[in-house]
Amino acid sequence: MSEIALPKIDSSILNRKSEIVKKLSKLTNIENILSEADELRPYETDALSVYTQTPLAVVLPENTEEVSEILKYCHSENIKVVPRGAGTGLSGGALPLQDAILLGLGKFNKILEIDYENKCVVTQPGVTNLGITHAVQHKGFYYAPDPSSQLACSIGGNVAENSGGVHSLKYGTTTNNILGVQMVMMDGTICRFGGKSFDQEGYDLMGLICGSEGLLGVVTEVTVKILRTPEVVRAALIGFPSIKEGGDAASEIISSGIVPAGMEIMDKALIEATDNFSKAGYPRDAELLLIVELDGTESEVNELIKKVEAICKKNNCSSLKLSNSEKERLSFWAGRKAAFPACGAMAPDYYCMDGSIPRGKLAEALLEIKKLSEKYELPVANCFHAGDGNLHPLIMFDGNDKEQLKKTEEFGSEILKTCVRLGGVITGEHGVGIEKRELMCEMFNDNDIQQQLSIKKSLDEKNLLNPGKVYPILRKCAEEGRVHVHKNKDKFPDLPRF
Amino acid sequence: MSTKIKINSQIFQDSNNVYYPKDETEVSDLIRELYKQDSPTEIIGNNSKSFIGNKTQSANTTSLSKISGIIDYRPEELYIKVKACTPINEIEQVLSENNQELAFEPIDFGYIKEGKSNKGTIAGYLSCNYAGSRRFKVGSVRDHVLGFKGVNGKGDIIKSGGTVVKNVTGYDLSKLIAGSFGTLVALTEITLKVLPKKDSSKTVIIYPSNFEQIYDFFNKLSSSSSEISGAVFIPEQSKDKDFVTKKNSVFKFNDLKSNVSFIAFRVEGDKISIEEKINNLKKELELNNSDISTLDVYQSEPFWKKVNNIEVFEKTEHNLIRMVIPPANGSKLCKYLENNHNYFVDWCGSLFWIEVNSKKEEKIKDLKKMAKDFGGYLTVIKTSSEYDYGEAIFTVDKVRLIISEKVKQSFDPKRILNPGKMYRGV
Repeated sequence: MSEIALPKIDSSILNRKSEIVKKLSKLTNIENILSEADELRPYETDALSVYTQTPLAVVLPENTEEVSEILKYCHSENIKVVPRGAGTGLSGGALPLQDAILLGLGKFNKILEIDYENKCVVTQPGVTNLGITHAVQHKGFYYAPDPSSQLACSIGGNVAENSGGVHSLKYGTTTNNILGVQMVMMDGTICRFGGKSFDQEGYDLMGLICGSEGLLGVVTEVTVKILRTPEVVRAALIGFPSIKEGGDAASEIISSGIVPAGMEIMDKALIEATDNFSKAGYPRDAELLLIVELDGTESEVNELIKKVEAICKKNNCSSLKLSNSEKERLSFWAGRKAAFPACGAMAPDYYCMDGSIPRGKLAEALLEIKKLSEKYELPVANCFHAGDGNLHPLIMFDGNDKEQLKKTEEFGSEILKTCVRLGGVITGEHGVGIEKRELMCEMFNDNDIQQQLSIKKSLDEKNLLNPGKVYPILRKCAEEGRVHVHKNKDKFPDLPRF
Repeated sequence: MSTKIKINSQIFQDSNNVYYPKDETEVSDLIRELYKQDSPTEIIGNNSKSFIGNKTQSANTTSLSKISGIIDYRPEELYIKVKACTPINEIEQVLSENNQELAFEPIDFGYIKEGKSNKGTIAGYLSCNYAGSRRFKVGSVRDHVLGFKGVNGKGDIIKSGGTVVKNVTGYDLSKLIAGSFGTLVALTEITLKVLPKKDSSKTVIIYPSNFEQIYDFFNKLSSSSSEISGAVFIPEQSKDKDFVTKKNSVFKFNDLKSNVSFIAFRVEGDKISIEEKINNLKKELELNNSDISTLDVYQSEPFWKKVNNIEVFEKTEHNLIRMVIPPANGSKLCKYLENNHNYFVDWCGSLFWIEVNSKKEEKIKDLKKMAKDFGGYLTVIKTSSEYDYGEAIFTVDKVRLIISEKVKQSFDPKRILNPGKMYRGV
């Protein structure tokens, strides 16, 4: 797992390290450049910590002009650049390269403008996702996309990954919630796409940048849309005696015309694991647990709850509990948010998969994963963003056992193949990064990939910006693609992972 | 028959030299051959929106109109996959049978073009990316596209996206194709997100006394947790008799005084929550019952159709401009427009439809400057017969134009597809 093909190292760059560092120190404050081994160590990996690489140097510019000058210099000298936000990405998108500058946007940590009249916030990319909501919540507003790492992940990283979250079912992902970006291209050109109004004219370059995983430019400013906090938010905790009945209820809720703010599924293994871990008070007799969150005005929410209740009863739910206070609502979520650490407590290692499938195939996918778990004799716990078919099976294993590791890899591959076979995709929200690179061939043919590479080439002709990510560099499409966490040592163990 | 012979034969072309490929493979063969011959082509669907944009610089025309039909509709999965030139009417019909809809409210450009409905095809909508009144709540056309297939300028069949809503696999090309006016790919297949129709709707009419008040209302409406799904301002413009007459005939409803300026906002949902939201909004906007009137569902639905059909500018012979700006600058723009052009405002204060009399064409330049200064953009959607294209009909800055040229190059290196439709060089 920790062996992965990376772009060929340019030894001439390594040999020129001191010259490069010297030049960089003229482009930004000298203390913004890290080049000693102990200084570089914290930057060796992102949240996919199984892969590590030491960068040539870390540069932490303070403003857009500095980013532009640094990129211009690297462009002219053929030095590779890996951009990095908060380093919370789960797919290795910010993994450094030995012959590349790691360009950290950590100093871009200010909110530049809060504009209530235009319902937007202009912010630097290093501000955390939750930081935006914190800045506007006293006036009753919030920023909708809520990746589980929102406490630590940066908005710039959210743009790079097109991050989602529990509430993306109703409110969309990052791409649906940003109005504009300022970006620096690899050749140093500073450009602006969009602004404070909707739908820029011409090519939707902002739409192209969002989710491009740092391959096309370095985002230096983001304008996000803010929404009014809903009047009422309530959650329902519903237990089902079988996977099929719970899965069917989830897809019936959606097909009946209800758009919940969030809808999550957990299987029996995870109900037990999380309840042991966080004492959330989940129904332990249930084979499947559904958490449905509804928001809106009071009568709207009450009406929706009645409908959800009726659907769940029709599908033979074994328990149904509604939140009657904000405290209770948060307690319903407590277990779900503890899903990843709970699995970490049960086994030395776990792999987290991230695929999407059509909603109606939830039950089929869960049953398939259960069969595979028996076949490979490895326990698996499942959590799903059921509303949008995004699944995160967590395979538990012991990484010290080589045989188990091999079996886990095969198991994971079969899960992702199952996703594609059921009409889904290999990554719903974690990104391709370094880990699912070779799996791109499962979804795209040569023409599709060639077109994407042509875009990359047109905007970064020398392939200097974050090379080796997203697109396969191995000739053969091997199956990889999962988050490996050893002894619960996630890079950010305190962050909830959805 | 080789592709080369075939594309020169009557089978492929009609008497006006229009190619009618029947499927994806034929589109690919045709474009591959045109690529070899360095021979650009205009790309059209059902021709309902082809008047928007510059005239293309090409000798050929390719109509994708035969690439039509629903491929896969899954109401329970909230998606529909269609061939690119499936008429919007056909899609809306089949969705309606399942109580679903395209939430972005497709604008019917047939009214401004020829005075009657002509919605055209989904490929046309995606290529223009112009959403209707619900945009500020639900997003634009681009936010409802899950995936597509098409043929690039080299003749390669490419795809992006899929049928699921959560998908971050590779670049999000669906966004890039939206609003690209057929200059990047000839679309052959589109998958759209669909949403349930709301049970009912009501529209509340307010009669504001000045521009500051209009924008104060817009601001309060967009700040409310009682969500609205449409808000327009229709000005009085009493000096222009023709406009007043047209306005009165278009917005002739029992519960609406159309001879004065009015704001209309729409609330959708189940009947109980509609009443609750309207009551909340009345309080937040400090409105008395005597200040307002309410259109019930039977009036509300046709009202918003008329707004989305831009019927007040039906068959206009003048220039029709679409300007989008941040709403905070809206009242300034309204003040300017009051004395200069006929207009109305949609998207809760952000979208302006402006009619520029052909005798005042030089004023488009002023409007363009204003759009830029206000942080927005404008497009000349329909040009008068005298329009000389001295003023570009799209807004673009130098840096974006260079990047757009590069992106165009990556899809269509020989500029075979709709060259010049948006900008010279693209």
